[in-house]
Amino acid sequence: MPGEGERRLTFAAAVKDAAGTGLLALGLCIPIIAYRTHQDMSNRLVLQERWQFVAFAVLAAFAARLVYLLAPSIALKPAPRLRMGGESGAAVTVFKLVGLVLLFAYPFLTIAMVGPAGAIKWVDNFAIQILIYVMLGWGLNIVVGLAGLLDLGYVAFYAIGAYAFALLSTHYDLGFWVCLPLAGILAAFWGILLGFPVLRLRGDYLAIVTLAFGEIIRLVAINWVDLTRGYAGISGVPRATFFGLPFDDSEEGFAAFFGLEFASIHRTVFLFYVILMMVLVTNWVTLKLRRLPVGRAWEALREDEVACRALGINTTNTKLSAFSLGAMFGGFAGAFYVTSRGQGFVTPESFTFAESALILAIVVLGGLGSQAGVVVAALVLIGGTELLRELDWLKRIFGAEFQPTQYRLLLFGLAMVLVMIWRPRGLISHRMPTVHLRQRRAVRGDLVGEGHG
Amino acid sequence: MEYFIQQLINGVTLGSIYGLIAIGYTMVFGIIGMVNFAHGDVFMLSAFIALILLLIFTQILGLGFLSIALFLVLILSMLLTSLWAWAIERLAYRPLRGSFRLAPLISAIGMSIFLANLVQIAQGPRNKPAPTTLTGVFTFGDGTGFTVTLSHRQILIVAVTAVLLAAFWYVVQKTPIGRAQRACEQDRRMAALLGVDVNRTISLTFIMGAALAAVAGLMFLIYYGVVHFNDGFVPGVKAFTAAVLGGIGSLPGAVLGGLLIGLVEAFWSAYFSTDYKDVATFSILVITLVFLPSGLLGRPDVEKV
Repeated sequence: MPGEGERRLTFAAAVKDAAGTGLLALGLCIPIIAYRTHQDMSNRLVLQERWQFVAFAVLAAFAARLVYLLAPSIALKPAPRLRMGGESGAAVTVFKLVGLVLLFAYPFLTIAMVGPAGAIKWVDNFAIQILIYVMLGWGLNIVVGLAGLLDLGYVAFYAIGAYAFALLSTHYDLGFWVCLPLAGILAAFWGILLGFPVLRLRGDYLAIVTLAFGEIIRLVAINWVDLTRGYAGISGVPRATFFGLPFDDSEEGFAAFFGLEFASIHRTVFLFYVILMMVLVTNWVTLKLRRLPVGRAWEALREDEVACRALGINTTNTKLSAFSLGAMFGGFAGAFYVTSRGQGFVTPESFTFAESALILAIVVLGGLGSQAGVVVAALVLIGGTELLRELDWLKRIFGAEFQPTQYRLLLFGLAMVLVMIWRPRGLISHRMPTVHLRQRRAVRGDLVGEGHG
Repeated sequence: MEYFIQQLINGVTLGSIYGLIAIGYTMVFGIIGMVNFAHGDVFMLSAFIALILLLIFTQILGLGFLSIALFLVLILSMLLTSLWAWAIERLAYRPLRGSFRLAPLISAIGMSIFLANLVQIAQGPRNKPAPTTLTGVFTFGDGTGFTVTLSHRQILIVAVTAVLLAAFWYVVQKTPIGRAQRACEQDRRMAALLGVDVNRTISLTFIMGAALAAVAGLMFLIYYGVVHFNDGFVPGVKAFTAAVLGGIGSLPGAVLGGLLIGLVEAFWSAYFSTDYKDVATFSILVITLVFLPSGLLGRPDVEKV
């Protein structure tokens, strides 16, 4: 049983226990897996039996339990600790430099390898999307990872940034470079506005209130049709220009100005560098702030709020600064999203709770508070999903209608549970308090008492 | 006036469903102090289980008597949903007892995402229309202008809710199981010292909450006649609002909160706009949590280190 320690079992007992788990899985699968409801021609529901899936689930549960029981040391052994983010050894510095150079060379490497037409996919779908999520992850990381305030409505700020950019540019004819800072400032302002009422709340209640705020913002975006055009969304938002030079094949376009042949990859590569710079600035700001008093206060707040107050730290300002800063980065990412992957189009559908959950999953799986963890988690979660779309051989094995990407949220949800059980400080990396007394202590979640997490 | 009474009836029906779900939230919060974020999705799952069972009984087994079929569906879906809740508690929450504050909530969010997507994959992303049951109505009124209608299903929903709440109230107040639950709620460590099996009691709490959510699931199915894999989220948040509004940890509070939320929703849709009815509920949630965190019938919570 999980959490019951290193009890060794004989093989027979383990098989018996695992059989019980298989039986439980059978009970859980009836009827939700065993029967699938279908609408027939007359729109009436009919059932279709699918016992092969049940058999598979039962066998999987049986095998997983057996392996877990017979090899308890695997699951419970503390994994090697990666010292990223906080440490600055020579190897890490070299690693970071090589990574940066590779990142800057990435668009040209892909163009060299697959040509300009093929490279759009790799730069846009992969690099730009991942970088947007890295930025969102880092923004949320300030709130959740550093200040310890669980924000379930982070997507609201992403939405505010996106809508601010879309509305400002379509109504007042402002360009991307004017709107970007405005979108960030507006989102930060909303962060403070929404942060005020939740100041006195802690833990679970705070999470639920932020969730409610996120939903309210989305519902307003859907229903305030005069302003946002509801479900139809705002289209025709002007795309980013190269500091005034549009990316088109006209005389004044970017290509003509530099004497290049027009190609749509120019815009993609330019956007890649824009988001890369935004991400690097986010990281730089966060790392600097973490060493300033406000950053220390965030971490102290995360570790113990009551102690924090007893030491005279102004928790109001500390929480509000975390909220507004996180919101600002979310707003930047939102404005950028509209001009890049949103193709100048924004609808409320992009800002559902699932999106908040996805960003939260990146932060949680990466390791609360760890900058490097967020990068790796975004790479694996977002890049992995995109890669799954590419894998055609999976379709050959599982049939034509098999879509691996529909399983991604299912797996992310399960991963969040498992990470909380085995590695509550994160799968990839973790962040220990920057300041510590005598020795750095990394404590496992199950040893940490309530309120000291 | 007739319009008002009609909305009152609708509100009470809705409120019964929310109240049933809210009990699951309030009991779990009372006993282990966590927001069981996945509870709304357990409710949605139970509605799907009820739908499939109903189809099995009417189509495959060809059971002619609708009342017997509905009764069997109710019992079986309560059992199966409880099994799910037990497994969820065992896998996702029990290992986290004593972990840091946010761990159980994050785990519950993961579980909620898992359940919603499991149902989406297993049953498809489309709305599932249930076979129509209980179409009869009683009509009151003089035939001039508005008349008040009271459908059989509304009576069934309110009656079943009332009966189950009474039974449940008896269990919590008068039986050894309920006594163990109240003991754990007051002081878990002390209860353990006095021989109460705390783990078993907490499991039982989850099971009871899920069984009531399963009742709500069947009632939801009968009332709306349609269910969707995303239907756990908004009713879940509304039921949580009901639990908070009534005072989290308090059983009568959960029912009262559920009725209030149901009435607010019905009257808001009737007199203001249906577009913003969810905004109204979410705003109530925010206002209650910020200004009245102990709710209407709850005890004020002392902040402990």
